[in-house]
Amino acid sequence: MRLMSGNEAMALGAWEAGVAFAAGYPGTPSTEVLERLAEYEEVDAHWATNEKVAFEEAMGAALGGARSMVTMKHVGLNVAADPFMVFPYAGTNAGFVVLVADDPGMYSSQNEQDSRYFAKVAKVPILEPADAAEARRFTAAAFELSERFRTPVMLRSTTRLAHTRSRVEPGERREADRQPFSRQVSQFAIPVYARFRRVELEDKLARLREFTEEFQGNVVDEGSDPIGIVTHGIPYQYVKEVCPNATVFKLGMLYPLPRRRLEEFCRRFDTVFVVEESEGFVEQELASFGIRNVIGKARFTNVGELSADLVKAGLTGAPVRPDFSTDIAILPRPPVLCAGCPHRGVFNALKKLGVLVTGDIGCYTLGCLPPYEAIHTTFCMGASIANATGFHRAGEERVVAVIGDSTFLHSGLPGLVSAVYNRVPTTMVLLDNGTTGMTGHQEHPGTGHTLKGDTAPAVNYEALIRAIGVQHVEVVDPWDLESTERAIRAGLEHSGPAAIIARRHCRLLPVEKAEQRTPYTVVLDECIVCEECMESGCPALVWEDDGPRIHDWECVGCSLCAQLCPVDAIVAAEVA
Amino acid sequence: MPVTNVLIAGVGGQGTILASELLAMAAMTAGYDVKQGEFHGVAQRGGSVFSHVRFGERVYSPMAPRGSVDYMLALEQLEALRYAHFVKPTGTVLVNDHRVEPIRVADERPYPENAMGFLGQQGFRVVMLDATRTALELGNYRAANAVLLGALAEFLEIPGEVWERTLEERVPTRLLELNRRAFAAGRTALTRAGGSTALPDATSSSP
Repeated sequence: MRLMSGNEAMALGAWEAGVAFAAGYPGTPSTEVLERLAEYEEVDAHWATNEKVAFEEAMGAALGGARSMVTMKHVGLNVAADPFMVFPYAGTNAGFVVLVADDPGMYSSQNEQDSRYFAKVAKVPILEPADAAEARRFTAAAFELSERFRTPVMLRSTTRLAHTRSRVEPGERREADRQPFSRQVSQFAIPVYARFRRVELEDKLARLREFTEEFQGNVVDEGSDPIGIVTHGIPYQYVKEVCPNATVFKLGMLYPLPRRRLEEFCRRFDTVFVVEESEGFVEQELASFGIRNVIGKARFTNVGELSADLVKAGLTGAPVRPDFSTDIAILPRPPVLCAGCPHRGVFNALKKLGVLVTGDIGCYTLGCLPPYEAIHTTFCMGASIANATGFHRAGEERVVAVIGDSTFLHSGLPGLVSAVYNRVPTTMVLLDNGTTGMTGHQEHPGTGHTLKGDTAPAVNYEALIRAIGVQHVEVVDPWDLESTERAIRAGLEHSGPAAIIARRHCRLLPVEKAEQRTPYTVVLDECIVCEECMESGCPALVWEDDGPRIHDWECVGCSLCAQLCPVDAIVAAEVA
Repeated sequence: MPVTNVLIAGVGGQGTILASELLAMAAMTAGYDVKQGEFHGVAQRGGSVFSHVRFGERVYSPMAPRGSVDYMLALEQLEALRYAHFVKPTGTVLVNDHRVEPIRVADERPYPENAMGFLGQQGFRVVMLDATRTALELGNYRAANAVLLGALAEFLEIPGEVWERTLEERVPTRLLELNRRAFAAGRTALTRAGGSTALPDATSSSP
């Protein structure tokens, strides 16, 4: 028996099911699935440049006969939507599972998105586990389902499933035979063939509708209380917490739904509660079956994450106990950039320059918070550069796009190519911290290492950016405030597209942590209490009644606050 | 057997999740059904982080309902206030005597001065421990999580050898000795302060 998160259990389940190849792009809360898979010797797993590429690699491997998996967060499926929608027409050869992790409550996302609708549009079956043990079993079941119906299968997860640890009994790996690819051109979707495949897809769906009636993961817990509840996944746990004696229809297969069994279940009760997280997907499906005696989203919000408290409130009307924030000052605590974070130097310069800044996805979105407030838009992966181009077209003259190294390779590059092609003087600051920071330091094509830990060719950003036609390319150390500001200013003054590469490792990388630098200290006698140093926003710097102090255990010696001090009252500790 | 609910709260980087994992592993090894749910936002550092560890014969929800937590471990005072509504009226709150000023976003109110008094007024049994200082004296302030966990262990019926095995299994070798000593220091600190049966005079603000 082992304690495992849902993510670890899905990796275990895939390994046991004989998965041979897996690809993905990091995205909370999905990231650890691929990281754990990579730890198994038998599994060839790698980070791809983005989710579309990962999907197409895994899809190619599945067509080529190897059981394959692709992992991503909900917004990753937007990027991979093109192959996701088309692949079902051809159908797979070996088992192909698409792990998609939704983030209700937006713990680490820019939107809430219920991926079940995507699967319905693509006509792809969905399995959704309710705990880690089930995550292991359902992952194996997803591969079987995929091969039986020759269809991609969505394994849907949510933050709570992904990040909750519970008991799992591991099993053995069963190797799967490779299925040879047959070069049957009519299987693929050019219109003349696709019209036939379209009809076959409906036949497949009809067969899946029969399968779901028998699927063992759709179960009814008979209870003694006269309450009927239809639920799924993590909300099932809240229902059982609140109403251990209700009769509960727990759906494991969320699409297609077992219509006959649900009709029969709902006939047993005057009213049936449908408890589901995010949108009323099941509720809408039930309505389409003509089942009318259900209460769903009217009682259980589609906003944010559910909880046992919210489910209880929905079922009984009991109020949710409030927190103590009306009685005492519970100050918000947003995340901050780390002490010594190289992004800080760039935001300091951008704030001084007063330019409009289009942002992207990474730790650096925190640049939108005080004291910098130097990121003015953040939408989706790779948007910063193309957004900046748009602002230029709208007449804004001083615009800077800020993008991280991993995000640039994910989907920023096409935006830069377009800027060059269309002669737009977009200035890009590439925050090259040598890792995928926010999701926990994953390797990417610029780091020189693979997910499996092997060395790899590292993208040469300067050469790449010059090769697509950017003539102004400059590399700076973001710990050097003056040079950073000067470089960005020069980029803005350049008449064509410009790229400033702010290069310094993330402070949390082991290579950086091993580096011992002298912490800084404040010489209070010389301090003029101007608060300039506080503009660094560094968490190692705190304001006391008589001036600033530096926590020497947090300070990493980046010297940023010392550079901001107009009277040199902040010095390296040894010379103090 | 009723479910025991523990909430561990802190600031990103303080080791909230590791402490939760250690507790969950120890509970599993001791034979309980366990769920450990963790709640954190973007980025690596600085934000509010909390985790629920629930163990007993059968555990469903990853998060304990509000007003049901038996023991709250808070690595920072403001974080103790933030999640105190989860604690049941007779619950115990173990707080690290440590403050981390949050960055201000449209909220200029001062850091609450009377956090512990406030918690005591709610009827909770409040125990203050100088975990960060203790950890710093042992070699690294980051081991404050192990100090608090050691104090919690005094309240729970998880055998000492299970804790020892759990630390060995989960803590990286180079940090094992530090964490062992921090854990032991937490146990001693609580015993010295009156253990699980009596209230420590100097540090408790429970009525």
